[in-house]
Amino acid sequence: MIRKVLCGAAGLGTSLFAASAAFAQEVAAATTPAPEAVTTLIKAPSVEQMATMVNKGDTSWMLVSSALVLMMSVPALALFYGGLVRTKNMLSVLMQVFMIVAVASLVWVCWGYTMAFTSAGSAFPSIVGGFSKLGLMGVTGGTYAATFSNNVYLPEYAFVIFQMTFACITPALIVGAFAERIKFTPLMIFVVAWLTVVYFPIAHMVWYWAGPDFLIDTVVKDAAGNLVSQDAGYLWGKGALDFAGGTVVHINAGIAGLVGCLMIGKRVGFGKEATPPHSLTMTMIGASLLWVGWFGFNAGSNLEANGVTAVAFINTFVATAAAAISWAIVEQIHHGKPSMLGGATGAVAGLVAITPASGFAAPLTSIVLGLLVSPVCYLFVSKVKNALKYDDTLDVFGVHCIGGIVGALGTAIVAAPSLGGQGYFDYTVFPAVAVTPEGYDMVHQLWVQLQAVVLTLAWSGIGSAILFGGLKYTIGLRPTEEAEREGLDLSEHGERAYNY
Amino acid sequence: MKFIIAIIKPFKLDEVREALGALGVAGMTVSEVKGFGRQKGQTEIYRGAEYSTNMLPKVKIEIAASDALTPQIVETIQQIASTEAIGDGKIFVLELGSATRIRTGETGDTAL
Repeated sequence: MIRKVLCGAAGLGTSLFAASAAFAQEVAAATTPAPEAVTTLIKAPSVEQMATMVNKGDTSWMLVSSALVLMMSVPALALFYGGLVRTKNMLSVLMQVFMIVAVASLVWVCWGYTMAFTSAGSAFPSIVGGFSKLGLMGVTGGTYAATFSNNVYLPEYAFVIFQMTFACITPALIVGAFAERIKFTPLMIFVVAWLTVVYFPIAHMVWYWAGPDFLIDTVVKDAAGNLVSQDAGYLWGKGALDFAGGTVVHINAGIAGLVGCLMIGKRVGFGKEATPPHSLTMTMIGASLLWVGWFGFNAGSNLEANGVTAVAFINTFVATAAAAISWAIVEQIHHGKPSMLGGATGAVAGLVAITPASGFAAPLTSIVLGLLVSPVCYLFVSKVKNALKYDDTLDVFGVHCIGGIVGALGTAIVAAPSLGGQGYFDYTVFPAVAVTPEGYDMVHQLWVQLQAVVLTLAWSGIGSAILFGGLKYTIGLRPTEEAEREGLDLSEHGERAYNY
Repeated sequence: MKFIIAIIKPFKLDEVREALGALGVAGMTVSEVKGFGRQKGQTEIYRGAEYSTNMLPKVKIEIAASDALTPQIVETIQQIASTEAIGDGKIFVLELGSATRIRTGETGDTAL
């Protein structure tokens, strides 16, 4: 069987349907066969033609989604994390998340977008982009970005903004792993470097491709006779499915967090002093805002406002609900009491797991994925962490990395059309066609997903180790023991979160 | 004069205050305190990490009273604050050397 270039799912877009509908009347009059309608699609449209393929509904949805994803970082993630640390470190966590968002957004505009979403001029175009759009050079209100549908385009700025919010939240996720024990300035330096050498290449490998109207012109046969695109990220070209960032965001950040917490070391008094959360109220508010914002993250990742967007939306809703329930049930069985923190943690684990699968699964398979992810993450945060004695303060590895892996592998299963999944689209033909239920090879897909997981773990793990090591042995990562005991709020920022 | 210190369960405070008011106790000082006695602490679990709290929250009442009223006060607190379970608290009675009302400078029983 020829392995085709696979791509993220999405229905053929609204403009196609609109074009078909408009054409239908003429078709009826002229009794032309229906397939003629398809020929109205334009292969490799010019910028002028793209301008007519932009839908105001899509554009509005993407801008709203971008704002929702920003809300996931500030305040949602900041509050979720902040509530879990001790009072004396509350502001340090809020400040770290807040400033990472600020720093990452500038890095994204300056060199992030071009490194992630271009290929021209790159020495390794399947690994990382070139610098043709440095500082968003050439991007204007009149340039367009591809969606997953033939002849449907977004204003390029809308795509730049949406992806910017992902670059903002991913490094912010990492800080939970070594909360309560890192100096602020080295962390900011780490974030800039990590985005550059880890995040942008991974985003490029997983998400970059030529677009549905251009990919066909880049396809060649490789040595094995498979059709491969010469203009797509490495993992995209392999057919890895990652709808909204299970590998790029969660596994990527989760493993970086684990490496960070190992290299920075345990907190002073870890295992001896009690370090209970200072405000689970804030954690609940944060988790709830994450749930809401995640609709922008997952449903927005469809890049259009259509049926698949609604699929991603409902999947995100129910997988999260299922995971919150299953975490509470596990706690009820294990400790006799279901905790609020458990419910909130389960919800986040469910959100993480459904992220790569959101546009591929069906509601019922999403529920199964949600029910399964919480026990696995619970095992890691309550058993494995204690057994191995690493101080992942807020369980970034246990929830985001492990939940991300469950989701990435689970995507191969829930995407199967035989299970009600959306399958994927084959863009090596024009216009793109959906994979048939018989054509969907679950075992092969699982293998591809596993490769994506392993590559992300290795790239981010090694890259993060080098960056943390470099900082550790130069300017240092940890505050003094005295400063850490006093709390980072006072020692790093000169203020207190609460003055009663 | 006597100085009475009573450590009681927090939810009993209002009942005790009402009963002592009926006895004619004119004032008291109340603080939220933590401590331990024979009562076992609580266990809190956060994502599988268990913390046992040895210190339990209690309310401390301090009353300065005349010698005559003291036995009734002690008896009342003992009866009202009791749930007949461990952790109900304790009552201490100390000799009080002097008492002065700041506003007027009165001393002794009249200052109470």
